[in-house]
Amino acid sequence: MTERNNNGALVKVTGVDKVFKRGSEEIHVLGGLDLEIPDGEFLALMGPSGSGKSTLLNLVGGLDRPSEGKVEVGGKRIDKLSDRKLAAWRARHVGLVFQFYNLMPVLTAQKNVELPLLLTKLSRAERKKRAAIALDIVGLGHRTGHYPRQLSGGEQQRTGIARAIVTDPTLLLCDEPTGDLDRKSGDEILDLLQALNQEQGKTIIMVTHDIHAAARATRTLYLNKGQLSTEAVD
Amino acid sequence: MFNWIAQVFSVTRFSMLSLPQRKGSSAAALLGIAGVVAVMVGVLSIAQGVLKTMESSAGDTNAIVLRSGADSEMMSGLGGDDTRIIAEAPGVARDASGPLASPELFVVINLPMRSTGTDANVPLRGVQSQAVQVRDGFNLVEGRMFEWGLNEVIVGIGARQQFAGLDIGSSIEVGKEKWPVVGIFEADGGLSESEIWVDAAVLQPAYRRGNSYQAVYVKLNSRDAFGEFKDSLTSDPRLNVKAMREAEYYEAQSSTVYNLITGLGTLIAVIMGLGAIFGALNTMYTAVSARTREIATLRALGFRSGPVVISILSESLLLALAGGLIGAGLAWLAFDGYRAATLNWASFSAITFAFDVNLKLLVQGILFAMVIGLVGGLLPAIRAARQPVAHALREL
Amino acid sequence: MKYFYLVFSSLKRKKLRTLLTMLSIMVAFLLFGYLTAIRQAFDAGVEVAGADRLIVRHKVSLIQLLPESYEEKIERVEGVDNAAHSTWFGGIYQDPKNFFAQMPMEPEELFDMFPEYIISDEHKAAWLATRSGALVGRGLAKRFDWEVGDRIPINATIWTKKGGGRTWEFEIVAIYDGAEKGTDTSQFFFRYDFFDETRAGGTGQVGWFSVRVNDPDKAAEVASAIDAEFANSAFETKTEPEGAFIQGFANQIGNIGFIIMSIMSAVFFTILLVAGNTMAYAVRERTNELAVLKAIGFTDRGVLGLVLGESMALTLVGGAIGLGLAWMLVSMGDPTDGSFPVFYIPVSSIFLGFGLIALMAFIAGILPALQAQRLQIADALRR
Repeated sequence: MTERNNNGALVKVTGVDKVFKRGSEEIHVLGGLDLEIPDGEFLALMGPSGSGKSTLLNLVGGLDRPSEGKVEVGGKRIDKLSDRKLAAWRARHVGLVFQFYNLMPVLTAQKNVELPLLLTKLSRAERKKRAAIALDIVGLGHRTGHYPRQLSGGEQQRTGIARAIVTDPTLLLCDEPTGDLDRKSGDEILDLLQALNQEQGKTIIMVTHDIHAAARATRTLYLNKGQLSTEAVD
Repeated sequence: MFNWIAQVFSVTRFSMLSLPQRKGSSAAALLGIAGVVAVMVGVLSIAQGVLKTMESSAGDTNAIVLRSGADSEMMSGLGGDDTRIIAEAPGVARDASGPLASPELFVVINLPMRSTGTDANVPLRGVQSQAVQVRDGFNLVEGRMFEWGLNEVIVGIGARQQFAGLDIGSSIEVGKEKWPVVGIFEADGGLSESEIWVDAAVLQPAYRRGNSYQAVYVKLNSRDAFGEFKDSLTSDPRLNVKAMREAEYYEAQSSTVYNLITGLGTLIAVIMGLGAIFGALNTMYTAVSARTREIATLRALGFRSGPVVISILSESLLLALAGGLIGAGLAWLAFDGYRAATLNWASFSAITFAFDVNLKLLVQGILFAMVIGLVGGLLPAIRAARQPVAHALREL
Repeated sequence: MKYFYLVFSSLKRKKLRTLLTMLSIMVAFLLFGYLTAIRQAFDAGVEVAGADRLIVRHKVSLIQLLPESYEEKIERVEGVDNAAHSTWFGGIYQDPKNFFAQMPMEPEELFDMFPEYIISDEHKAAWLATRSGALVGRGLAKRFDWEVGDRIPINATIWTKKGGGRTWEFEIVAIYDGAEKGTDTSQFFFRYDFFDETRAGGTGQVGWFSVRVNDPDKAAEVASAIDAEFANSAFETKTEPEGAFIQGFANQIGNIGFIIMSIMSAVFFTILLVAGNTMAYAVRERTNELAVLKAIGFTDRGVLGLVLGESMALTLVGGAIGLGLAWMLVSMGDPTDGSFPVFYIPVSSIFLGFGLIALMAFIAGILPALQAQRLQIADALRR
């Protein structure tokens, strides 16, 4: 159910600026940025700290608005949507995976994964079923009743991914998903993301520091001083 | 030993320095305790005020004689002849004009309260000339004494303040007659200040009392003369009376009201105190969890858990003390001296009094606050000291 | 609704803090319930006072007596349906602390004037047949464990018996129940004829009259008419509606309503601080979590609702338990052991209590909720 515009790009970012105000100072994080992401791509975004990777991710995911420029996803100008419509859009189209998992400690894995479904009109039974399916996909079918504190780092991140895909979103946005994991768990997560991309055709944008993680992507872009390039700058 | 004290000081200092971070919850606990203390002191000051009024009335060498079986003047009745016999009893002080014994008639008259406009039973006392001498601290502050034999009255300052129509120049209506108010008196904060006084000889016919009175107030030669005085009266076959020291009499009268208010006031204070303890616990647990890493670091560096416990407790106690002082101060400002009236159950008449926020009450209030602070700080302090250091250091 | 789970789960986050806050709220509402009962004890008399009844007493002073013969004259005043006289006996039963009202009345007059006293026909007949019989209220009987047939001696302080002696003996022959919750069942009635022939002085004199008017709206006029009838006589009267008379007594004891209101205001203000503080902390610590919810797609208003919902859940549980405990405590009985004629929490106060719970939840939660609503996702996630 993804819409494409003329040249098949799912995400189209045009002439985007982002300025932050810190007290009286103005910080220009992104300047005149253009980016197109075709449907089904697994894109890795790399760059030094403060280069604006997470900012760009937030703009594409509708978590923030650009100071200038356009952000189109699936043909829709998301920068023009009202807060309320944007929230609804996110609920439907975006799945988020965080470096520190950001699970709710007071909910079980099952309930955590069901969270985005609360925003839909699905019945209780339906929600439970979908969550179970999502947890199965990520390989946690047997740990659904556990609380985050009872799960290892890798398991928590997998729960996070399950939550991200439970609504069958258009885009999967991952901000340093392996940043807090050891190599082995990290690899498992990356395997999972690759599988979601290759087998299920999920479009994934991943911000990362790790070259090994980026190697799993189909394309890598480097962000430096608010500008994108295909090569790393030292 | 000194090392330990030094540790206590520095840890406490650290906790005080970080207090501004917790100013929200600290303020909440502090104000909570202030509120509890203010209410407790306020309510109990009512009972203290009533008590003070009663106590002021009782002179050391004063006694009161009622008919046997009567618990208050209202219920008592003495014939004119009886009162003369009583006046001549041994132990009664005398002056140039005769024995210092005052036969008195006690009734009530209905007058509207200034505050509500509804009627109150205002005490109306018929006296003879000895009444003034028998009472300590009697003093005319405005106007003049009434003239004997005339329909004139004087009014106590408490009564004048609480009830309508008792200023100098006004008159009270007794049946078809009007009795003008010619003077205002005070009596050392005692019960008489709630009363209206008139010549007994004028009151008796107005209330159809013939030659009867209700009580005789006497001044004795000395405190010890009471025994002799009482025995002579109770053994006299012509009389059927009971004699009490004035202090005893007033204590009996006030005990119901005093116990009731003190009881209810304490109950309310305890319940509120419980709430304040929960609030204080909340604050202190928050304080402890906010400073988990800091405390663990201190302990990792070598500070012992004792000083940690004390620092938490000190913080709690200091907050409580501040709250207690504020609450007590507020109560004192708002309530002390506030005049009001209530009903004396024993005589079914009004008694005026002033809320009395005395030192004893203030100290009680502050101590109560400290107890709340102690209980509120103890458990969190122990928890802070018991937390495993390594675990605490990892917490974000 | 499906969000209930989310709201209650959030409260589990810091269990101890949630518990302590709930306990504080519980205490506040416990106090509210209990103080309401105390206030009601003072107000009840006024509420159940007959709207169509007046009290006629001596104008100068309540302790002065009126001639019994006035009753006929009162009944002849226009607008008056019936009159009944009562007198204050003021005796002591064993100990002055065992205070209760004793009043001689004519039985038929009592039955007619006070329909709110429910008496079985059997008991009515018994009272009419026994000269020294007494009719006591259910509450009074319970207090002293009295039963029909018990002999009760009362020590008179005001009324000596003919031939000396102060101990009056009565036999309990009838018990009355109150028609309404607030009806006073702590009174002791005995027969006027027995009283008048036994008392040494004051023959033919009574304390006051209860008067029923035909039309309650004309009560004030009838009252004036009665007073006019006896103006300039040897015994001038003052007539007022029963409710006003009782209110006057309550006023003498003190402005109870005001005192209780002040206490409750202080208590609620304090609790509000505690609850509000807890909610503020809850939001501050969960900035990240709330941002995630927004990122997932919860609207700003949704998050506002979540925080308010938590505040509501917290306050509701604590408040409901507090009110429940107050109810239980009040059911245990009059704390003054008999001084209060009635002691209960009126249902309207329970409703008021829940209203206050909602109000408190709102005030405590609104600022933190607004903060949560305004949270910017990108900023909050960064922390």
